[in-house]
Amino acid sequence: MLLNEFLLLAAALFCIGVYGVISRRNGVLVLMSIELILNSVNINLVAFSAMTGAVSGQVFALFVIAVAAAEVGVGLAIVLAIFRLYRSVDIDDVDLMKG
Amino acid sequence: MLTHVWIIPLIPAIAFVAILAIGKKLPRGGSEIGIAALAICFVLSLGVAAGWIQRVNHPPAVEANGAVAAAVSDGHGEAAASDLHAAAEETTPAAEESHPAESASSGHEEEASGHEEEHVTPPVVRTVTWFQSNGVKFDVGTMIDGLSTLMLVVVSLISLLVHVFSTDYVAGDRRYTHFFAFLSLFTASMLFYVISSSTLQMIVGWELVGLCSFALIGHWWEEKPNSDAALKAFLVNRVGDIGLLCGMIVLFFAAKGTFDVVTINTMANEGQIRHMLLLVASLSLMTAVMSKSGQFILHTWLPDAMAGPTPVSALIHAATMVVAGIYMVARLYGVFFNGFSIGTANINVMAAIGAVTLVFGGLLAFVQSDIKKVLAYSTISQLGYMVMALGVGAWTAGIFHLFTHAIFKACLFLGAGSMAHHIHSFDMKKDMGGLRKVMPKTFWTFVIATCALVAVPPFAGFWSKDEILAGAGQLGGDGGYPLMLIMGTLGAAITGAYMTRAIWYCFFGERRGASATHEMHENGPRITVPLIILSIGAIVVGLVNVPNTGFLSWVPGSYALRFEHYVEPTGAYFPGGLETFSHPEFNIVLALVSTLVGLTGVLLAYLWYWKDLGPHGLTERSRLARGGYKVLEYKYGLDILYVDVIAGSVKGPIARAANWVNQNVIDGFVNLVGTSVRRAGGWVYKYIDQGVVDTLVDGSGAAADVSGEVLRKAQTGKVQAYGAYLFLGATVLAAIFVIAS
Amino acid sequence: MKDLLNGWGATAVVFLPLVGALVMIAIPKSEETLHKVVALVTSLAVFVIGVALLVDFDYDNTAKLQFFQDKSWIEVINSRYIVGIDGISLPLIALTLFVVPLVIIYSWNHFPEPHNPKAFLALILILETGMVGTFVAQDLLLFFVFFEFVLLPMYFMIGIYGGEQRKYASLKFFLYTAFGSALMIVAILATYFLSPKIPVDGQMMHTFSMIELSKWHGAGLARNTAILIFGGFFMGFGIKVPMFPFHTWLPDAHTQAPTQGSVILAAVLLKLGTYGFVRIAIPILPEGAHWWAPIIGGLAVIGIIYGALGCLAQTDMKRLIAFSSVAHMGYVMLGISTLTPFGINAAIFGMVAHGLITGMLFFIAGSVKDRFHTLEIKRLGGLLLQAPRMGWLLAFSCMASLGLPGLAGFWGEFPAILSAYEPAAGLSEPLFRFYMVVAALGTVLAAGYLLWLLQRVAFGTPSEEFEDADIHDMHLTDYLAWTPMIVFIVILGIYPNLIFRVTDAAVIHSLSAVVGH
Repeated sequence: MLLNEFLLLAAALFCIGVYGVISRRNGVLVLMSIELILNSVNINLVAFSAMTGAVSGQVFALFVIAVAAAEVGVGLAIVLAIFRLYRSVDIDDVDLMKG
Repeated sequence: MLTHVWIIPLIPAIAFVAILAIGKKLPRGGSEIGIAALAICFVLSLGVAAGWIQRVNHPPAVEANGAVAAAVSDGHGEAAASDLHAAAEETTPAAEESHPAESASSGHEEEASGHEEEHVTPPVVRTVTWFQSNGVKFDVGTMIDGLSTLMLVVVSLISLLVHVFSTDYVAGDRRYTHFFAFLSLFTASMLFYVISSSTLQMIVGWELVGLCSFALIGHWWEEKPNSDAALKAFLVNRVGDIGLLCGMIVLFFAAKGTFDVVTINTMANEGQIRHMLLLVASLSLMTAVMSKSGQFILHTWLPDAMAGPTPVSALIHAATMVVAGIYMVARLYGVFFNGFSIGTANINVMAAIGAVTLVFGGLLAFVQSDIKKVLAYSTISQLGYMVMALGVGAWTAGIFHLFTHAIFKACLFLGAGSMAHHIHSFDMKKDMGGLRKVMPKTFWTFVIATCALVAVPPFAGFWSKDEILAGAGQLGGDGGYPLMLIMGTLGAAITGAYMTRAIWYCFFGERRGASATHEMHENGPRITVPLIILSIGAIVVGLVNVPNTGFLSWVPGSYALRFEHYVEPTGAYFPGGLETFSHPEFNIVLALVSTLVGLTGVLLAYLWYWKDLGPHGLTERSRLARGGYKVLEYKYGLDILYVDVIAGSVKGPIARAANWVNQNVIDGFVNLVGTSVRRAGGWVYKYIDQGVVDTLVDGSGAAADVSGEVLRKAQTGKVQAYGAYLFLGATVLAAIFVIAS
Repeated sequence: MKDLLNGWGATAVVFLPLVGALVMIAIPKSEETLHKVVALVTSLAVFVIGVALLVDFDYDNTAKLQFFQDKSWIEVINSRYIVGIDGISLPLIALTLFVVPLVIIYSWNHFPEPHNPKAFLALILILETGMVGTFVAQDLLLFFVFFEFVLLPMYFMIGIYGGEQRKYASLKFFLYTAFGSALMIVAILATYFLSPKIPVDGQMMHTFSMIELSKWHGAGLARNTAILIFGGFFMGFGIKVPMFPFHTWLPDAHTQAPTQGSVILAAVLLKLGTYGFVRIAIPILPEGAHWWAPIIGGLAVIGIIYGALGCLAQTDMKRLIAFSSVAHMGYVMLGISTLTPFGINAAIFGMVAHGLITGMLFFIAGSVKDRFHTLEIKRLGGLLLQAPRMGWLLAFSCMASLGLPGLAGFWGEFPAILSAYEPAAGLSEPLFRFYMVVAALGTVLAAGYLLWLLQRVAFGTPSEEFEDADIHDMHLTDYLAWTPMIVFIVILGIYPNLIFRVTDAAVIHSLSAVVGH
């Protein structure tokens, strides 16, 4: 099948997501990048599931989607709390743990 | 009786304790106890004397064949002794026996294969074990022969008279009771000393009389000069005691480990002791004699001892204690006679010391203004006679002189006390004079005693002094002891002169000073009766030893030389049996010459003082005379040497130097060790503990600090950075996994 | 009764005082009278046991160790609890048991500042344990334990209850003595390791037992080794005696210590050193003793003269008496150095005599200090006028101290001087005779400083400072405490055989190895 293409797509999405997590200043955008990473992993899982015919990959992907959703909810709540405190979502300002 | 003589010293000893305990409460302050004790002692001494005389007249018999070799000395004689005992016990009727007491003692029956005409009277020895050391037992006990009997009688008699005298003389004294207590203790010590059977006992007695002398000289110790005199007496005697201890120790070992007097003497006489040892012992003991018996140059304490009450001077420093040295020589005569080779020499150490003393002491009597000091120097001089007598080999003469001297010198001292009793001063020049009219008994007794001292016949002193001079001339090696003879005769002149001087100052001329202002009268019987008794003695006692040789050979043998007969020891323990021993003979020429010389001295003094003739004021005119006078005044500089130079430097600079060394050198070293260790500890602490070890400890802390500083830079607090590390790490791990597989 | 005494007698006299001290610790500090009573009762009980020991002692066999016990203690190194009393230790034990009750009686009204009867009396009792323990111990390690044990109570006694310079004096005393002991323990260990092995419970082990070691008496040791080991003992004991030049701790310790401390120090503690020589050093190492004897004799006579000179220079009465101790112990050591029965008999007698006499002198000095609040000789005077009985006692003690015959001191000095004339075989006679003469000279100096002291303190009239002072004479406690001592000084002086017949056989036995040289 078209496995390689799917893997390449997933890799590209993953790299874009990692770039976003590391470099984006906006907290919401970081969360969106994390979603991107998670979804890239989903594509990988489904692609392999389709190739081997085992259904466990797709089941796992469903789990990931659920966890991602929960995580985005919590993450947005934290970003909202930060916004309330700092009046901005620039995560460079959150460096209280600086050693 | 003769075996229980130990009771005699015990009585005054008990009196001493009793007087101290209850004396103050008694009506006469304790003197009753003292006098009672002494009276008993005197009576007992007379009893002992009677017993001894009887023993001499009927000596315990020896074996039938008389010439038993003297099986003696190192205790081996016990078997032989017990045999002789058995024989003696059967045959002797009346004489007292000596019982060698409890098994361990060493009773001696001495037999001498001696002179045919001489009887042999063994001494009575009784001992008990005192202590043991090195498995050997040492005894204490009594030894009675003529000499000790004589001393018992003399000491107790003079002590009794002095006691009686003191009840008046010392009445009202601040420490009356104490005085009598120590008089008793002294008498006990002296009596103990004279009956000693061993040299160790003699040392004990010797020192004890020294103690009593110290206590009595310093009787008025509130005033420093008195306590100074007491200290001086004790210390000078202690110097002599070095010789006493060393000499007795040498004799102990030379006699193979015994202190027994009889044994030591017998061994010395029989040549069982090397001559060198006898000589060393004799020389050592001579220093003791020099100090105790006031011989030149250790005599300096005696004049100062006059600071004590007069009865003390009479008893101790004239009649009894000072003769302790003489007694020791007499008692150990076997040692001295053989050690100094007295029988064969023309000069020896002992005779020389005696001769020098008698002249130099006599000279010093001329420059004294204190009557007691005159008498003190006179005593020194007379002691010199006694030592000289013993030194030339005239044993009996020396002891006889001891006897006569005790009597007339005590009389003189008590007479001086009698004079000073009311005026409390002894200064002849300042405070006396013309006393003969108001104190006749004192005057006449004093004159009689002086005649005895100056050796005017037939007074006591004549017989004794003449025998000494005869001995000096005749005994010893060929030619006798000429130097001693000359000095002895010279001494007679000096004696006559200074005594006449003293009599002039005290009894003649105008009454001066205190005697003028005081109402002077004769003293009561307690003072005068002893004086009279003693002066009678000074007249008659000489007659107990009248010789029957030479000019006097008409004197019946049973009457002549009674003193010698009873007092001079016989037996192997006395050198009387040796060939070199002999007795002086009466020489009429010598007797006349010496008497004339003595009277010449008297005459010269008489002319000087009564008639004012002679070079008066010489010391002002002549530097030489003044210098000589100064030498005498400064007592030949000896006091300066002893007190200022020797004692002063020892207790002053030398002691301080020793202390300085102790504190600054020895202790300084100790303290230095202490401070050094402390400083070393401090250095170690500062430089090693703090410097090195602690630095290492601190360093590890610092290292942790620095690395922390460096590593904290990684903590930016930014989530994205942490995320980057996370992904980086994961990538590396993945790479490793991929490559590794 | 005899069996009980045989079994427990020696142990009882050692440890009973300690029990008494423990009882005292339980009693509160404020019950002063109770403390005094307990202390006195304890010391008297010990004394009574001591009397029982004296009575039960077999005087015909004084060389044999009596009241003997041998129990295992430290098995690994074969150090055993061995105790016994023979003719050498009996007089010293008697002295200790005799002096301690007297000191306690004297203390009844005389406690030094800071006033603390509980601690003070407890210290005295603990001291007694240590002292008696040293005298009965027959095992080297046990001996060493007791020997060191006495240092602590004495340190506290001087350091807390002493005079102005007490800290310096107590520290000096402790460290100096401990230094000697350090060398001594090396010697002890050397002896142990070189000793022949004896069978113990089936094993062959070295031994600390003095009895075994005396039997061995260093046979087979190289001469230099014996000399070195003896040197170690010499340091340990010699500092304690004290011998010149290791004596400088003594004047300070004695002067600064309270009266009771000085008395105990003088009476008993100094004897530990000399006892050590007689009991341990000489019998175990006779060859070493032989080599060291001339040196010891020389130091002894130097001590006699030097101590006397030191006395003459002192201005403080107690310091003077302290220096006189140095001089007196010189006579004791001279007797010991001759290695003859005469000498050692004299030494032991001298130990007892010195204990009584110098103890008496320190008592008097302490009483003078109480009344006049000073011991400076130049400020004192006329004691015989203001306190006649004490003045008499001072005179008596001075006479006893200078060796007057008829009193105990003479029998310590004269036989020692006598013994020097003929020392043991192999020792140089001329040298020892020279020592004899010097020692005789020492008696003159002794008379000098003592009579000079007497003259300045007792004779004369009181100085202006104290003319009108209210000086009271002896109290009841003084009489009770001092009379027994005086009585014994006189009795021993008149009948010295009381001690000589006890020590003679034992001393001859202990020297049996020396004679062979």
